[in-house]
Amino acid sequence: MISEDDVLHVARLARLRVTSEERATMAGELARILAHVGKMSEIDVTGVRPTAHVLDVVNVTREDKRRPGLTRDEALRNAPAVSDDCFRVPRMG
Amino acid sequence: MTTLDPLRLTARDAKRLLVDGEISAAELTKVFLDQIAAVEDKVKAFILVTADNAAKYSTKVDREMQAMRGPLAGLPIAVKDNLVTEGVTTTCASRMLHNYQPVYTATAVRQVWDGHVVMLGKTNLDEFAMGSSTEYSAYQVTANPWDLDTVPGGSSGGSAAAVAAGEALWALGSDTGGSVRQPASLCGVVGMKPTYGAVSRYGLVAFASSLDQIGPLTRSVYDCALLLQHITGRDPRDATSVELPEPVVLPSAERLDGLRIGVPSEYLDVGLEDGVRARFDETLARIEELGGRCVEVSLPHTEYALPAFYVIAPAEASANLARFDGVRYGYRCSDPVDLTDLYERTRSEGFGPEVKRRIMIGTYALSAGYYDAYYGRAQRVRSLVCRDFDHAFSQVDLIASPTSPTVAFTAGSRTSDPLAMYMSDVCTIPANLAGLPAISIPCGLSGGLPVGFQLIGPAFSENRVLAAAHALEGAIGFDTAPPFRGSRSSSGERDRGSADTTPRPEDTHP
Repeated sequence: MISEDDVLHVARLARLRVTSEERATMAGELARILAHVGKMSEIDVTGVRPTAHVLDVVNVTREDKRRPGLTRDEALRNAPAVSDDCFRVPRMG
Repeated sequence: MTTLDPLRLTARDAKRLLVDGEISAAELTKVFLDQIAAVEDKVKAFILVTADNAAKYSTKVDREMQAMRGPLAGLPIAVKDNLVTEGVTTTCASRMLHNYQPVYTATAVRQVWDGHVVMLGKTNLDEFAMGSSTEYSAYQVTANPWDLDTVPGGSSGGSAAAVAAGEALWALGSDTGGSVRQPASLCGVVGMKPTYGAVSRYGLVAFASSLDQIGPLTRSVYDCALLLQHITGRDPRDATSVELPEPVVLPSAERLDGLRIGVPSEYLDVGLEDGVRARFDETLARIEELGGRCVEVSLPHTEYALPAFYVIAPAEASANLARFDGVRYGYRCSDPVDLTDLYERTRSEGFGPEVKRRIMIGTYALSAGYYDAYYGRAQRVRSLVCRDFDHAFSQVDLIASPTSPTVAFTAGSRTSDPLAMYMSDVCTIPANLAGLPAISIPCGLSGGLPVGFQLIGPAFSENRVLAAAHALEGAIGFDTAPPFRGSRSSSGERDRGSADTTPRPEDTHP
């Protein structure tokens, strides 16, 4: 079961703010979805290796050579707030 | 100029008309811009129509015909709005990216731009590609051209509807759990998810990185192969991209002699509508008429694929969407008092309900104490799903199933029930988990709405899948022109908020 406190905890981890109303709705929805995915516990997966990725390519590297990246102007172009050519953020809490 | 029917014209025929000089690229582009002007009010497939650029660029293709040649030159395309396009607003149908101006272009889009296709605009989707009906767009609800009161499927619903409605010759979409194939099925067009890694994901705004693939939506299997030819290949900017062992060949097969098609009983046990089952069975009979052989196979872990997907995809999404924090791009809440307030309010105001739901599920599944029970287990179930396919493909060449258990459903009928919405993808999700190529082709109508037929192949068997789909398509003879029936009772327009949340066209490339 998912309690409203669980919702609050997970929301905090995900940096989402939920209203008390959303908390109740989400607790119900998440409980239903988790009950559905809980079906996986029916099968024995002992000794089965996890698949993170289907391709068997490993350690893909590129040549260690300089190449152009984004310019400062490009990197800042979409920033909601800029000062002194840097991303501007409010103070830490 | 020949009169062209945008509802039936294929890229193959359009190309022939261009080459023969019967039509110019500008005239061809105008056919689709005119159709957009005629039906877009009802269909709402596009978040942004780049009409001026399309007109200008097509004229340039005509003028510089010598320099701007190639198999795709002058053929108009629509692009899903989660593929970033330099100089053209890219929103992912999210308030979070309402004003995002990409400073680079997705490799797949770059490849078709380099081939001198004409981009008509950016199409609607479920926010960040999370959904199966395109109703979770923050901007508008797209209608299915076959029945305007039903959904086009999703998440590439805008691309599928644009092609079905004759608003584009073809389109690009993305498929994480069926997001190209399911809308193709519901809209009566062809849609393909290539083998994982076949198409670079560079510039595809990431949803679930181990599952996402870009794919074509077209009016024919030949067109699908033609577009696929130009977007596949190893890209140094996507470390998970690979070169196809054999290049994509344009299909010409008319027979299926000797081909063994496996029909997994588990896929027929998912609450198929009667009409879907009937069209599916008829299509199997056609396979036999064409010389193929249908045999029953078993994919015993099918019922666990959906649960595994709904752990893996949200887990990856929760990590991928962590980047949207109001600092570097996109939406930012007003007057944050401190950094945590900035993060939390930006994300709460910028993301819609389904995206939040998935972030929550993913965060929960990855959190301390639950990781092994959910994410760890889901990854092991994923291995079992892959093994099922390996075993089946030791007996058959391809696997066939319906693409979606139902035809297009009524708008609003599943939005309040996340699990009912998730069930739309029960037949398409396993191919994503296993990274396999799969195509959906229209195989007839049920109650006047299209039914999709899915063919899944082993990894890198794109040519086998396309050849079989091409032969089958010829035998089915589906008419791609939709009737635009229905009334569209409520306006599809969402509250776009203040003017600054509406994406604006930018007049650059192409």
